[in-house]
Amino acid sequence: MIQVQNLRKVFGSKVAVDNVSFTVEKGQVLGFLGPNGAGKSTSMRMVTGYFRPTAGSISIGGVNMLEDPETAKRSIGYLPENAPLYSDMTVASFLGFCAEMRGLTGTARSKAVDRVLELCFLGNVRNQSVDTLSKGYRHRTCFAQSIIHDPDVLILDEPTDGLDPNQKHEVRGLIKRMGENKAIIFSTHILEEVEAACSRAIIIDRGRVVADGTPDELKKSVPGCNSLDEVFRAITRPDTVK
Amino acid sequence: MNKRDLDNTLAIFKREFLSYFNSPVLYVIVVIYLLASMGFTFFFGRFLESDNASLTQPFFFWHPWIYIVLAPAVGMRLWSEEHRLGTFELLMTMPLSPWQAIIGKFVAAALVWLIGLALTFPVVLTVYWLGSPDLGPIVTGYIASYLYALGCLAVTSAASAFTRSQVVCFIVSVALCILLTLIGYPGIVDTVVRTVPASLESIVRLISYLSFMDHFYEMSKGIFVFRDVLYFLSVIVVALLVTHLGLRSKRA
Repeated sequence: MIQVQNLRKVFGSKVAVDNVSFTVEKGQVLGFLGPNGAGKSTSMRMVTGYFRPTAGSISIGGVNMLEDPETAKRSIGYLPENAPLYSDMTVASFLGFCAEMRGLTGTARSKAVDRVLELCFLGNVRNQSVDTLSKGYRHRTCFAQSIIHDPDVLILDEPTDGLDPNQKHEVRGLIKRMGENKAIIFSTHILEEVEAACSRAIIIDRGRVVADGTPDELKKSVPGCNSLDEVFRAITRPDTVK
Repeated sequence: MNKRDLDNTLAIFKREFLSYFNSPVLYVIVVIYLLASMGFTFFFGRFLESDNASLTQPFFFWHPWIYIVLAPAVGMRLWSEEHRLGTFELLMTMPLSPWQAIIGKFVAAALVWLIGLALTFPVVLTVYWLGSPDLGPIVTGYIASYLYALGCLAVTSAASAFTRSQVVCFIVSVALCILLTLIGYPGIVDTVVRTVPASLESIVRLISYLSFMDHFYEMSKGIFVFRDVLYFLSVIVVALLVTHLGLRSKRA
């Protein structure tokens, strides 16, 4: 479903992403790991068509993102970092707007809104203004937006960031369930999450892929390490080191 | 333009238009606009003392000065707010072209302004009640006034595409609108023409021709020239092109 080849992004003189390639098939959940500033968000922004890559190709369900972005974007659901929302809208009207942008109208639209409100446990805040929501609810509202059109591809930038342990557990469960018939990429700092929800993981550091495999393979990839945490620290450099 | 493009543009328009009514800013601006336009008309324009059933001098004459402050206040949120909230990223990863969003949002702001302008109708009733004015200059005056507002709004849209700060956008837009107004202001142009050598007069005239004021002035007197309408339309098109450029630079 997602094919990314030799992706590269340069900001001025800084190479943010360098030669990143991966594919994600339907039914796979790919975990995107890496230290802060490694290029995770930049890569995801390119895959979703927000940033234009300096070089490389992106194909979503066989459609080239660079040549036909509008068609390619149709099959993607995206949760950006920090879960942006229009603060002057209510939860239901925001989701209604997103459904409309996805081409859903009339009863299809209200059905889609009701479905995601239930799926993301937002029923009790549906008519509440986004402004007044707590962080967990804001995050879930934006997450609901990403699945409103039941996309084949889901790209989630730190979907569990800022959630409490119960909410984290719910979101992980949701990702895992949806991963059965979608291609999902999600980025995270939390390594247990990778083991809990991913079928494969990529570790990137300073814009490059430094490890790629199933969580079990990754654990064995560095001799002497027996947890993802140790592997992560062995192959990525802390940002204090130049 | 197919149906899908139109639906996207309409959805953007609807959201933007409704969001104006959710915020107190709109009501404040419309009230200030009405107070200012009426205040200028009756106190500075000496509408009642002038004994002349015409709206050109007492009413429309003041509009550009009101617009250079109030149109940026209406338009400053167009893209700055999207940048600040981060919803710009959300919007640009949805299946729509940037143009659909740019046009949808601009039309929403334009319609808001049309409502504001329509609410000045009592002054038209007044002039009909007091005398028997020509309809022509009133119609062209309103068209000129609205086009002026749209020009200022389009300039604001362009400025807002480059910044996440509404304050920066407001100040830059007001400065641009003042500039575009003053370079064609008859008093100023005449003074400049008198001081520069005669050989430079054509250049001064050319610069003043690029001003909003030059075109507004002709139209508000009741001389409806297609050229002047075309001028404002091309200003809008250029400003929206700059908006597009600004948005693209944010995604580079």
